[in-house]
Amino acid sequence: MDFDLSEEQQLLKDSVEGFLSDTYGFEERKKIAALPGGWSPEVWGTFAELGILGLPFAEEDGGFGGGAVETMLVFESFGKHLVLEPYLATVVLAGGVLKRAGSAEQKAAHIAAIAGGSSTYALATTERHSRYDLFDVTTTAKKDGGSWVLDGEKAVVVHGGTADHLVVSARTAGARRDKGGIGLFLVPADAAGLSRRSSPTQDGTHAAEVTLSGVRVDAVHVLGDPEGGLPVLEAVADEAIAALCAEAVGAMSELTDVTVDYLQQRKQFGINIGQFQALQHRAAEMFVALEQARSMAMFAAMTAATEDARERRALASAAKVQIGRSAKFIGQQGIQLHGGIGMTMEYKAGHYFKRLTMIDTLFGDADHHISEVADFGRLVAAA
Amino acid sequence: MELRFTDEEVAFRKEVQAFIDAKLPRALREKLAAGHHPTRDDIVFWQRTLNEKGWGVAHWPVEYGGTGWDAVKQYIFLEEMMMAPAPPPLAFGTSMVGPVIYTFGSDAQKKRFLPGIANLDDWWCQGFSEPGAGSDLAGLKTRAEKVGDHWVINGQKTWTTLGQYADWIFVLARTDASVKKQEGISFILVDMKTPGITVKPIQTIDGGHEVNEVFFDDVKVPLENLVGQENKGWDYAKFLLGNERTGIARVGISKQRIRRIKEMAAIEQRAGRPLIEDQRFREKIAEVEVELKALEITQLRVIAGEKKREKGKPDPASSVLKIKGSELQQATTELLMEVIGPHSAPYAPEEPGSNEPPIGPEWAQTIAPTYFNVRKVSIYGGSNEIQKNIIAKAVLGL
Repeated sequence: MDFDLSEEQQLLKDSVEGFLSDTYGFEERKKIAALPGGWSPEVWGTFAELGILGLPFAEEDGGFGGGAVETMLVFESFGKHLVLEPYLATVVLAGGVLKRAGSAEQKAAHIAAIAGGSSTYALATTERHSRYDLFDVTTTAKKDGGSWVLDGEKAVVVHGGTADHLVVSARTAGARRDKGGIGLFLVPADAAGLSRRSSPTQDGTHAAEVTLSGVRVDAVHVLGDPEGGLPVLEAVADEAIAALCAEAVGAMSELTDVTVDYLQQRKQFGINIGQFQALQHRAAEMFVALEQARSMAMFAAMTAATEDARERRALASAAKVQIGRSAKFIGQQGIQLHGGIGMTMEYKAGHYFKRLTMIDTLFGDADHHISEVADFGRLVAAA
Repeated sequence: MELRFTDEEVAFRKEVQAFIDAKLPRALREKLAAGHHPTRDDIVFWQRTLNEKGWGVAHWPVEYGGTGWDAVKQYIFLEEMMMAPAPPPLAFGTSMVGPVIYTFGSDAQKKRFLPGIANLDDWWCQGFSEPGAGSDLAGLKTRAEKVGDHWVINGQKTWTTLGQYADWIFVLARTDASVKKQEGISFILVDMKTPGITVKPIQTIDGGHEVNEVFFDDVKVPLENLVGQENKGWDYAKFLLGNERTGIARVGISKQRIRRIKEMAAIEQRAGRPLIEDQRFREKIAEVEVELKALEITQLRVIAGEKKREKGKPDPASSVLKIKGSELQQATTELLMEVIGPHSAPYAPEEPGSNEPPIGPEWAQTIAPTYFNVRKVSIYGGSNEIQKNIIAKAVLGL
C-alpha cells in the first residue's frame, strides 16, 4: 500500500500542471470560453504535444498505456484550472468506448485521430427521461441491409456541438429499460439526418441536443456487439466517474485555497475576517470535506481496474457520493465565506462552485449513487 | 499508487486474526460485540495475553519491548483488535505515560515502570483535566510544591477515566505560578495509594461509571517521580497528546458497529419487513459506509506519510481523523438506536454478577447507553471544536 507517484507519474503531473499554470489563468480561461465552441484548438494542440490525448490508450493502439492514476493526475489539474477543452468527451468517453469495444480497424483509425489531436469526439447516451440510467434508451437502431438506421433524440451531449464524431447508444432490441439490446454506433457529425443544437452550459462548457432521424450507419461503424453495449458504457462511465472525482478534487482544493486567502485579506470590524472563529471553523470543515473527497478520488482511481464489474461499479458509486457531498458543501461555503464578491460572475470562486455543481449531475448525482452503494450492501465488508 | 496490501501484510493480518481466534474467549468477544464494557479483569487478561506474545506494546521502540512493525502493520494490528472486538488496551499506560517515560524519563523510571505498563501490572490513569481546565488545559491549578525531599501536591483532577482501578496516576501540576501558564507546569508520577488521595466516582449519562474526580490533599511524592525537567511538563503533555495518531479515527470500531447494525436490522422490522430491506434505512447505512471508507483511506494516507515526516511531528491531517472518526462513531450509534427503536427504552445498568434476565431483546440493553456514552468522543482528546481550531491555524494558516 502506498500513495506515492512513480517518477513517470510525477513527470506527467508536473508537465500538465506546468503548462496550465503558465497559460490557463482565470483571465485566459475567460477568453477561451468566449471562443466559438467554447474551447481552444491551440490548447488542444498542446495537449496532443504533451501526449495526454493518447494517455489512456494501449501502446499498441497508439497510446501511452496510462491507467486511472494517470488520468486522475491530469483531471486534478483540469479541475484546478477549470479546463474547458473536450478531453472528457473525446478521450475518456468516446475514446473509452473505442478502446473497449472497437475493432482493430476502428481503433487504428480513431484512436490515432484522438491521440494526434486531429478530431474530437463525444458520447451521446443521455435522453430526456433516462436520467442517469445508461440502459434507459429509446433511440432506436434498426437493421436495414448492410447498415443500421438510427432514430431518436439525445440530450446534454457534452461537447457534442463541436465533435467530429459521436458515439451514440441506441436500442437494437428489447424494451426501453432492458439491459440487453443496446448498441453503440460511431456516427460522423455530418451524417445525413443528424442535427445538433449546441449551447453553453452553466459551467462554461458546451453541450448539444442531438436529433437523429433516419441516420444511416454502415455496419462497420458498430462498436462491438450491437446488443451488448451496456457493459461497455458502464465501464466507461466508471472511468469517467474516477476522472470527474479527480477534477472535482482539483476544483475543491483550489476553491478552498482561494477562500482561505480571502479570509486572510478581507477586513471587517478592523480585523481580517479569518480571525473570526465561526469562519475559521467553517474553513476547517471545508478542509475536512476536501480531504475526505481527496481520499475517495484516489480510491476511485486505485480501484478502477477491479475485475468484478458489480464491485467496481459500487466502488465508483461510493466515490461519486463522497465527491458530491463534499463538493456541495465546499462549493456553497466557498461562496458564503466570500460574501458578495462570491456572487459575481467576474470573480473565480463562483465558477468553481458552478463546475462542481455540474459534476454532480454527470454520470449520477450523490443520491443516485447512494442507492447503488446501498444495493451493493458491503462497501464496509463484514469481517 | 497502490491500495492493495502486500502479500506480507495480508499474511500478517491473518496471523493477527489467528492469534485472536485462538486466545480471545468467544464469550468475551460476544459480550464486547454486544456493546458491553470490558471489566478491569478483561482488560488485564487481554493485555497480558498480548504481552506474552510480545505484542503488548507493539508500537514502542524495540529496545523497550516494541515489535518494530511499520505503520501499516501497526494499523492492521489495531484494526483487527477493534474489529474482533478485543478489550481495548489501557491507553493511559501504553500510549500515554509509557512513551513519555521512555522518551523523557530517567533510567530508573524506565526500569521501574515500563515493564509494568507492558504487562498491565500497574494500572495507570491520567491526571490532566481539572474542573476549571478542560480545553484550556494549561490553565490548570493543581500545585506541586517542593518541600524537603518531596513534592507536596494539592488540587483536584477530573474526568479521570478508570481511575477507580488505578495504581498510578500521571499528574500535570503547577510548579511555578510566576511565569507564563505553559511554562510553569511539571509532569509527576504519583502512586494512588499515597495518603491524601481521594477518588470519587462520576456517573455519566449512560448510567455508567467510567470517570472520576481525584482529589489531592497534601499528597507527598518523592522528588524523583518528576519526569524530565521541572517546568517542562507542558512539552511532555503536548508530546503525549500528539502521540496517539494511529487508530485515533477508530475505523475498526465503526466497521464493527456497521456490521452489527446490519445484523440487527435483519432481525428488527419496519412495516412487517426486516428493517434492512427498507431502502431509506439502507441508504442511511450507505452514507455512513461511504464516509467511513473515505476516512479509512485518509487514515492510510496519514500512515503512509508517516515515514516521510519528522519524528514526533504529528500530521495536521490527524485532526481530520479525530473529527470524522468521532462523528462516524456517533453516527453508527445513532443508527443502532434507530434499529432498536422503542426497545431502547428499558434502563438496566450493568450489575456485576446479576442473574436477572434482560428486559426485551438481549442485544437492546446496551444500545441507548452506548449512544449516550459515545457523545464523549467528540469532547475528549481535544474536542472537535479544538480540532477545528488546530486545522484553521496549523493547516490553513488562519
